[in-house]
Amino acid sequence: MENKRIIIAGVGGQGILLASDLLSDAAMRAGFDVKKSEVHGMSQRGGDVVSHIVFGEKVYSPLISYNEADVILAFEQIESLRNIDFLKDDGVMIINTTKILPLPVAAGLMDYPEDPIGEVKKFIKKTYVVDAEKIAKELGNIKVMNVVLLGFLSKNIKEIEKKYWDESLKERLPEKVFEINFKAFNRGYNLEEK
Amino acid sequence: MKELLSGNEAVARGAFEAGVYFASAYPGTPSTEILENMAKYREVHSQWSVNEKTALETAIGASFGGMRAIVTMKHVGLNVAADPLFSVGYIGAKGGLVIVTADDPGMHSSQNEQDNRNYARAAKVPMLEPSDSQEAKDFTKIAFTISEEFDTPVILRLTTRISHSKSVVQLGDREIVPIKGYEKDIKKNLILPAHARLLHKKVEERFGKLKELSNDFKYNFIEYKDKKVGIITSGISYQYAKEAMPDASFLKISLTWPLPEELIREFAKNVQVIYVVEENDPFLETEIKAMGIDVVGKELIPEVGELNPYIVKVSLGVIKPYTPKQVEVKATPRPPALCPGCPHTSVFYAINKNKLIATGDIGCYTLGALPPLNAMDTCVDMGASITNAIGLEYALKKAGDNRKIVAVIGDSTFYHSGITGLIDMIYNGAKGTVIILDNSITAMTGHQDNPGTGKTLMGDEAPKVDIENLVRGLGVKNVRVIDTYNLEEVIKTVKEESERDELSVIIARRPCMLLPDMKKKKFDKYEVDETKCTGCQMCVKIGCPAISFDKNKKKANINYDLCVGCSLCFQVCKFNAIKKV
Repeated sequence: MENKRIIIAGVGGQGILLASDLLSDAAMRAGFDVKKSEVHGMSQRGGDVVSHIVFGEKVYSPLISYNEADVILAFEQIESLRNIDFLKDDGVMIINTTKILPLPVAAGLMDYPEDPIGEVKKFIKKTYVVDAEKIAKELGNIKVMNVVLLGFLSKNIKEIEKKYWDESLKERLPEKVFEINFKAFNRGYNLEEK
Repeated sequence: MKELLSGNEAVARGAFEAGVYFASAYPGTPSTEILENMAKYREVHSQWSVNEKTALETAIGASFGGMRAIVTMKHVGLNVAADPLFSVGYIGAKGGLVIVTADDPGMHSSQNEQDNRNYARAAKVPMLEPSDSQEAKDFTKIAFTISEEFDTPVILRLTTRISHSKSVVQLGDREIVPIKGYEKDIKKNLILPAHARLLHKKVEERFGKLKELSNDFKYNFIEYKDKKVGIITSGISYQYAKEAMPDASFLKISLTWPLPEELIREFAKNVQVIYVVEENDPFLETEIKAMGIDVVGKELIPEVGELNPYIVKVSLGVIKPYTPKQVEVKATPRPPALCPGCPHTSVFYAINKNKLIATGDIGCYTLGALPPLNAMDTCVDMGASITNAIGLEYALKKAGDNRKIVAVIGDSTFYHSGITGLIDMIYNGAKGTVIILDNSITAMTGHQDNPGTGKTLMGDEAPKVDIENLVRGLGVKNVRVIDTYNLEEVIKTVKEESERDELSVIIARRPCMLLPDMKKKKFDKYEVDETKCTGCQMCVKIGCPAISFDKNKKKANINYDLCVGCSLCFQVCKFNAIKKV
């Protein structure tokens, strides 16, 4: 198989690193060579965060180039736009409906872009929209939003069987939060693609 | 057993497996997680030092005692530690000594993109460069072997992509390496000129032996494929080049200094054209050209910025530049900002309001330079806020400029290299004001303990440095301690002390809002009473990410989820339009 390339993008504090850790771990359990890359530091302070994950038989670069990603999972609407050039034309874009105002927008210096989802849809046929925040709130903890999204993402990664995801959640998460995360993952997994 | 490890985790694991007993560091992105992971191994003494120089000197002490020691830092940290680096290059290493530098091509979290391969050449010590996490672990272990066999410190050079990328690593067991013990040996360990002259000769002899090692080193290897194109590369660039030209012949260099000259000559004989693919400086290129071998390097590969597979492919002509999608709606930039409830915010608000010149320093608070606070003039290096202020004060005075200067420095940066600057100020009769932003943690790098927190890296209790007593003890007469959530007091104190014709220190104290103890505290959130909001935007000017301004309604709004109840907006509002929820 060709190497599979996935980007998870969002804003510091949304749980992107945990989501990309779980994905990489599941890919390793499925027997693939895996590399993932992200930069932490300055970006923690409200900046955007991007994680690149590549898996396959043999992976060289942990970084993904333009027009190469098979799937992009955007935790925030603007971040789908910011990363659109990395997605293959026939790739899958998953957008969480959450909006987080960048500081220049909050301060009234700039506007939040008008309808980022609609704009992405003009270019990417397979664009799926998820309100993971609502589901996480229904489950009683907004923090599991990342795992809801991961559950939805997992359906778009046919190369990793469900059992590896389950294993990964079980092994990597602290026991006391496993239950709610497991529920969150399955809620995302069973969501209709729209 | 296999595990997915970051380069930093892999170095810590490698040091553990290599039988290291001592590890020291000052935190700095992208190197910080090495020591944080080291501290999980209870067999190793791991410590945060106050700066990179003391960290390296401490590790040299452990090496004098015959134990394996590792010291880690970011690239610019090695500038601070350069003095002991050059000395220990002569002294060598009784107990294996490995110095890890994590460079930051692309300057994700740094003030420059210096290429620390130059330090290996300048200090005449060997350098290893891993290209993934498995190599990061393996090379750490090999570095200790080389260090003891050749009686030399060894530099392990990582870059951000190696430090912060995760890949699969095969774990091993800890090797039990006996501690050799300390023996007095002044001809080696005490570098008087008379001793150093002899040692320099030994260093040159050692260099010759290391060159031989480099030619035979199994991780310096050739992969012949299509011999029309040969690529010489090292570190992460190897991965990018492999992806760009999978069918080319490769010479991968892992022991970057000294270079494997014979191997390079052999490769050059067998391929038609050689491309050197390396990030930042033409380090390999310059050295290989000096051997009289013709290569193509920086004519094609950019010297500025971080490489990636795309840049390498375009530079080598493998693909045409990508045409971006013609999106009409653009992604708004998302610059980093001081957090809601950041204890530093009010100080910058006061500096701006009092129209002061602020010499700045390195930490979260450097973000105070950005709009809307716009409250910092300079940032040079760790500790420079204080010393820059001394020279600038003199220059202003000489030019008849009456503006006042404040130096702004964080607690950890003050311990790192601010104290010596303050003594300089006192000794040389400077009259400026130093504001120590004491948030009781090293925040920017992700909350590391420091001499003011009362805790060590290993989690043990430690004595707390009392900044107020320290500053008074040095001889500063005017010392004031303020709570940064009291805006009126902050503005007033900053005004009074900056106008004072005498040296003064303000300790602006409040713990970082992200500390677990602070997060547990109960607080009242605030909201905007739209009937009273006049749309004056005073609250927006404090730069709190929780506050936004609706241009259509002309009203401010406070995001309930983000608000941490610091009350600064409540304090700046002149119309009582902000109230507790």
